[in-house]
This record gives sequence, C-alpha cells and structure tokens, in this order.
Amino acid sequence: MMQEQTIATEVLIIGGGVTGAGVMRDLSLRGLHTLLVDKRDLCAGASGGNHGLLHSGARYVSNDPHSAGECRQENELLKKLAPQCVEQTGGLFVAVEGDDPGFAEYFPHLCRQVAISCEEIAISEAKRLEPHLSDRIFKVYRVADATIDPFRLALENVAHASAASGSRYLPHTEILGFEIADGEIRAALCRDTRTNSLLRVVAKQYVNAGGAWAMDISRLAGCTDVNLLYSKGTLLVSHDRMTRHVINRLRLPGDGDILVPGGTVSVLGTTSVRTMNLENIRPTVAEIDLNVKEGAAMIPALATARYIRAFSRVRPLLQCNLGDDDREAKRGFALLDHTSQGLANFCTITGGKLTTFRLMAEKTADLVAARLGNNEPCTTTSVPLPDGEACRWTEPGASPKYWYHANNADDMILCECEMVPQSAIDEIVKGAPGAEKEMTLEAIALRSRAGKGPCQGSFCGIRICSYLYDRGYYRDASGLRHMRDFFNERFKGQKTVIWGQQAAQMELAEALHCGLLGLDTLEEE
Amino acid sequence: MKEEVRNLTTQLAVIGSGIAGFAASIFAVRRNIAVAQIGNTGAVAYTTGYLDLLGKEDGSPAAVIDPWQALDTLAATQPDHPLAKIPAADIRRSFTEFTAFLGECGIAYGKPQDHNVTALTPAGTLKQTLCVPATMAAGPRAYAEKMPCVIIDFNGLKGFSGRQVAANLQDRWPGLTTERIGFPDMSHGEIYPEVMARALEVPATREKLADLLKKAAGEAQVIGLPAVLGMHRPDHVKAELERLTGLTIFEIPTMPPSVPGIRLREMFEQVLPEKGVTLIPQQKVTALSFDSGAATLCLCDSFGPIRLRAETVILATGRFLSGGLEAGLTGIREPLLDLPVTQPESRAHWYCDRYTDSRGHAIHRAGIEIDSSFRPLMTGGRPYSERLFAAGVILAHQDWIRGRSGAGIAIATAYKAVEAAERFLSSSSSS
Repeated sequence: MMQEQTIATEVLIIGGGVTGAGVMRDLSLRGLHTLLVDKRDLCAGASGGNHGLLHSGARYVSNDPHSAGECRQENELLKKLAPQCVEQTGGLFVAVEGDDPGFAEYFPHLCRQVAISCEEIAISEAKRLEPHLSDRIFKVYRVADATIDPFRLALENVAHASAASGSRYLPHTEILGFEIADGEIRAALCRDTRTNSLLRVVAKQYVNAGGAWAMDISRLAGCTDVNLLYSKGTLLVSHDRMTRHVINRLRLPGDGDILVPGGTVSVLGTTSVRTMNLENIRPTVAEIDLNVKEGAAMIPALATARYIRAFSRVRPLLQCNLGDDDREAKRGFALLDHTSQGLANFCTITGGKLTTFRLMAEKTADLVAARLGNNEPCTTTSVPLPDGEACRWTEPGASPKYWYHANNADDMILCECEMVPQSAIDEIVKGAPGAEKEMTLEAIALRSRAGKGPCQGSFCGIRICSYLYDRGYYRDASGLRHMRDFFNERFKGQKTVIWGQQAAQMELAEALHCGLLGLDTLEEE
Repeated sequence: MKEEVRNLTTQLAVIGSGIAGFAASIFAVRRNIAVAQIGNTGAVAYTTGYLDLLGKEDGSPAAVIDPWQALDTLAATQPDHPLAKIPAADIRRSFTEFTAFLGECGIAYGKPQDHNVTALTPAGTLKQTLCVPATMAAGPRAYAEKMPCVIIDFNGLKGFSGRQVAANLQDRWPGLTTERIGFPDMSHGEIYPEVMARALEVPATREKLADLLKKAAGEAQVIGLPAVLGMHRPDHVKAELERLTGLTIFEIPTMPPSVPGIRLREMFEQVLPEKGVTLIPQQKVTALSFDSGAATLCLCDSFGPIRLRAETVILATGRFLSGGLEAGLTGIREPLLDLPVTQPESRAHWYCDRYTDSRGHAIHRAGIEIDSSFRPLMTGGRPYSERLFAAGVILAHQDWIRGRSGAGIAIATAYKAVEAAERFLSSSSSS
C-alpha cells in the first residue's frame, strides 16, 4: 500500500457542489481554515446538472410556499452580491390551452401570499417579448426569475475562500471512511481516484455536503438518520438561445415545462423518474422525446430545434418532504447535526436547490462555527462575491470579449465555437480553483466554455490537447488518453440528441477521432 | 426575367462529389462513357490524402497488416459487406487505376502493395492505410527504419504539435525529435495550412523555408512537416525543397479540412472538365425520376435551372455529412428517392454508450441495399430502376470509420457501379 499523506485543517467539507463551495466560503470569511474535497470535481452532481435557474420563487408557490419565500430572498441577494454569475433575464409563466384556467387565475394570489412579485401581461405583449411563444397561450405573468452559472458560482466561492483563509480544494478525492473515537470523528481517510494514493485528513469539524451522495457518506460515519430518495431529471441543451426570458409552464410541475436561456443556448427540462442508482446516470431517448414534445407546447420551435447536448442528474429528496409526484416534493433543505447518532463534530446538509445554496451554507456554517467556539457572524449576506480572474471563463460570450479587447494576434483561439483562446487555458492551468500540473481536458472544460458549442469539443479537444503538449503539461501517451476520455465524456451528453445536423457533426468527429487518430485503439496505461 | 431551362443529356450522371463520385467519373471517362457529375465537393476536402482499404479488424482494436487476407476473412464473416461482394482482383485494379489517374494529374501516389503502410497521424498515433501520396511516403519509411528524424512545426499553426507527435512515438522511435520554426513572412499571429501551401508554390518562399529547415534538421537526414507542401504541384514543391535542403522530406496530414484533401478537390475540379466530364459542382440535385427511356435530374447552377437526361445514374451521395442520408427523430431516410434504408430498430439503438467503443456504432451500418449489379433495392428486393446504381459509404452493412475502409469502399464500389452501368449502356445500345 502506498504511504499515506496527512493534511490538517479546521473543517473538512465533503462535496464540491455549490453548497460545499458555499460552506467553504462562509467559514473562510469567519476566519476558519477549510479543506474541500470532491470525488470528481466541482459541480459534478446536481449543481452542474440543472437549468441554471435563479428562481424567483413563483415556481414553488403552489406546493411549497416556505421554499418559495426563501427563493425570493436569495434571488434578490445573489443578484446584488454575485452579479457576475447572474443574467437578469426575467421570467414568464405561460398557460397553454388545455392547462387549468382556475390555477392560472389563482396564481397571482399564491404569489402575493409569499410577497413574490407577479405581474400579468397581455398576450400581445408576451408575444412581442418572446416571438417564439405558442399562439395557444391564454395567460401570461411576468416574474423575477433570472439565470445563474453554477460553475462560475462554485469556482468564485472556492477562489474567495482560498483568498480569505488559505483554504484548499482537492478534486478527484474520494472519502473511503472515517476514524471515530469517543463520539468524534478524528480523521477522514481519502483516496485520490486518479493516482490511488491515500490521504488522511485530520479536522476538528466534518461537513457532509455530498448532495445525492450524502446518505452514502453519512453511513460511512455510522449515521443512519439521512434518508434520501433519488429523482433522476433529464434536460437538453439547444444549439441556439430560443428566448430572452425564462419560460415556465403555468401549471403544476410536469415534464419539459421550464425553458431557461443560458448565454448562447437554452436548457429545456425536466423529466422526473425515481431511481435507486447514483452512478452512470444517462439520458434516454424516451426522456428526450418527452421533453421536446412538452416543451413544444409552449415554444413550438422546440420541436424542430437543433439540440447539442442532453444531461441527467440525480437530485436528492428528503423522505419527510415527499408528495405524490417527486416534482411536488417540498424543496426545502435539511441540516442534520448527528448528535442523535453520537457524533459531536459531524453534520450533513442536503436537499434544497441551487437558488438557496447560500442560505444552506449559512445555516451549516452557523452550526460548525458555534461548535468551534467561533463567534464571527455570517457575512455572505453583505460581502460581494469577488470576480476571480481564473474563474471568468465559464461565462458564455465572455471569452471573445476578453480576447478582442486584449488584441494579441499570437493568442490563438483554440475552441472556435466558443472562442476560447490559449491565454484562457494558461490562466486556468495556472490559477483556477482545483488547477494542477496535469489537468484533464474535462477539468479545463469545466472551468471554461471549451467544448460547449455545436462541435461539443470534437475539434477544440484536439487543439487544446496539442497545446498542452506544446506547453509541456502533457509529456507522454497519457495526453491522448485524456483527449479520448474527454470525447467519451462529452459523448455521454450527445448520444441521445444526435439527429439532423448533429448526425453530420458526429460523423465528421468520429471519422477524425477514430478513423484518423485511432482513439478507439489506444492502449490502456 | 424568365429563366430558360437548359436541357442536357449524358450517358451517365454521377450524383455526389466525394471520393466515390470522383472515382466513378474517372472510371467512366476512361471507358469513354459521357459523364455529368453533380454535387457539393466539400467532403473531399475532409480526406487526409491516405487511401485506406481495410485498416482495422472489425469489432476489435487490432490493426490489419495484410488487407487482402482481411478481405477473405470479411467475406466469410460479413458476406453483406460491400467489399465482400467484390473480387479482390477488382479491388486491386480499382486502386491501381485510381491512383494512376491521380499521378497523371500531378498528385503521385504509391501503388497498392500486398501489405498496408504504417502511416503517421498528427496526434502521434499510427494508422494502417493502403496508398499514401508521394509527399507522405518517406514518413512511413523513416518510421519503419527508425531513422533519426525531426518533426518541424510552426509558430501560429494550431492543432499540430511536433512535441505531441514525438511524445507519443518516443518509446518506439527514439531518434525522433522536434523543432519549432516561424514560417517565412508569416511570423506573427495564426497561420493556416492552406495559405502556407499556396505560399510554397512560390520559389522565393521555398528558398527561405529551406534555409530554416536546414538549420532545424541538425544532424538528421529526414524531416517531417505538417502537410503544407504546395497546393497544385505538391510533388514539385517537395522535390524542390529536398533539392534546396539536401534532406528527405515528408508530410503528415493535419486536422481536416487539410491541404491533401483540398489538393484533390481542386485537381478534380480542374482536370475532370478538361477530360470531358460535365462537372456541376456545389449544386444539389433537387429531383430525380425515371421513365422507360432515361432518368431525369433537376438542378440549378448559377445560370439557371437545368434538366439533365441521363441513360444511367450512379448515386454516390454519401452519408450524413454529405446529405446522402438524413437522421431524423424517428428514423434514417434517403432524401433523394426515399429508398428504403436498412437501419437499427429505433434511435435508442443507434449508438453504444461508449463513444470510442471499438465495436463501432450501429448507426454506421445503416444504409441502402444493393443487388450484385450495385443497383439499389426497394422493399421486397426488386431494383429501384435498371438505370440506377449506387456506390460509396451510403451502402449498408459497413462501418467505414471503424474499418478504416472509407476510400476502399468508395473506390471499389464506384469501379463496380461503373462496370455495371457500362454493361447496361452497351446492352441497351445493342438492342
């Protein structure tokens, strides 16, 4: 067995979703040193697999008014404190012929009850704002929905935490178990999933922010009080941005009823299927077809749109919150202090949603700080999230601006779809949260727009790989395996949406990757 | 202004301008058949210049060293594969005739041999192929003999890294090193292979480059470059650079669309009309119908609509990239004639979970069915028309990507389709 290394910190946070990153920042701003670990990378779970919708709260007024109120409050805060991660698109709720007119009438009343602003607008005005809306809509309300980039949000939270207290983030670091004695966790044993080397983390407090994996992690510590059910959601990404606003179907939550713009694309979803499985979650053709059919009721152009990607993620649902349909389940979060389980320095935060991540982090950090005798108050309600240099590359449409502004002809564009230049790759490899000596193409893509355009990385993957060889980051055949793994990973999201022009795109990509470069015959290490 | 419909007639109309379409026109011209060829010539620019026959075993990552023996295996295990339906002697003849024609037109190629050539790729991997252009031939030789060699790359040329090539071959080719230089008169910003290739048609540029190459080569006698050695006279450009430097030089293909592909396209577009082919490039046939006397093709060029009457037609429209097949939400179709397409049961079966699965994806085996005379079949097994033939990767039961067999299928099936069309033409003229 390899020699294990030991790292000491005040707080170990497990899970690099937005919640874990938020807890890291909150504690760091209170002067605490933290270590964040994730078995894959930032936003690898539900944080990176959702609409990117910053809810106004209107979505939850019918079945979960408490969460609706929390959303309203967090929506206002994040727009103010993290504007670089937010696009203030506004949102529309539209009722389509066949939807319940009673619900449509009652909707503003529900919103008023939790102080959510909701303004009815004329059909003609709605059509002027969003020409793609169906002719069959009969009621439209405008709300304060916006969009948020969860990747940038997580990156900026981690970067701020590092700057504030020297906190660290380690990707591809998996928890194997805990050393427990006298009612306390003494250490966490971790494994680097790339090198298999072992790491022992000695902390005073341990936070489980594992999202859908929170139940598994809590059980490693012998806790049986985290009870989750899993709901698989599938979403798809169109080649073009279809609307300016977030478009919600004005009915009880159902399949394919939210369309959210995300920079240059739109994201349509979601379906909802109960699952037992957390790994290898993939979209199915049936889920894609259902989303397209339902989405087209609001926006008919969705039926013939070009799609470039689909993805599925599992969201954790707290068993106590369930309703008949998983989408009607209450979307509140739970913070468990595990004292009933005989542990004094372990807690679990799970459930909730992207919009309320900061609030979840605040509640968790309050508990952890109190347990450490730290009396500093939470400041994430007033301190703006700084705009980190190495974190800015995930914003759609931003790289061309930086590139054009810098006006350096020698700084060549490597991802031509999204115009990501060499300097972006350099900046990420040098200074992005989680950067390391030999970064995978996936890790670089997660920190930039590379591979997010219509070719889905099939050309820029090759160019970026060559560039990393040029710069000496890749030195042997492992670079080609990184390239192959990147294409395999991107393909998971492409497989179910390959028709029309994407079929032509894929044929060219495969001819290049396999026919010419032979990535289907690479030897394993 | 009313546009007059121009009426044209021909013995053979070739629809499609990939390797299969051009091969069909070449074989027909050499048999004194009057040919008109229509289609977007884009796809040829995506070829690397390598002409593969069979480079990889089906369903496994194993490389094919002897493609002729692999054809025997193919005939036994996959009797429906288009190459399994063609005698090996005909396949060899088709390659010999095709490459000889390319050589006559200024792009010399190696003749098909008994074994595949182990060729280089821009990623530093190796690839089995049957025929390589003369400009690339020294690469496989240098690799086989492990000669000291320097891969030269250029400032500003992205996607081609000498370091990458060397890093991936270093364990098998210790004498391989790399140097980076600036291209003459293009020292700043991004540079493009096509522009470099055209610049090297100019003697002064060659002289400047030769000086740089000599310095970069050091002790090595052989150097490899990205494929930029001229656009119209590549063999001449290579010979001149070798004369000026005293070195042996070879090209490695770059990412598509690469210079070797563009060379072929520009050569075809220039030479075929000189040989009597009515070439209508960058146009699409909008309708195709058959009556008892001939086929009628409707299309337009920049002068207006054309009605082309053809005694025979070869459909060489390719797959998804070229528009010969269309993949829709509910299935795959052939858009021009709505020919039946053999395909997986549903879209859910098109692709494996793993992209680089060496077994390949079922969607690539979809395509149209043909009889032994390369005539497309309707449901029920009857030929669509006695005047219609098909060639190239539109045919079912092959995976040209995983088989490394794209050019082989294109050239050999074009050869057979022309042969069948010729038989039809001579039987109808004699009756």
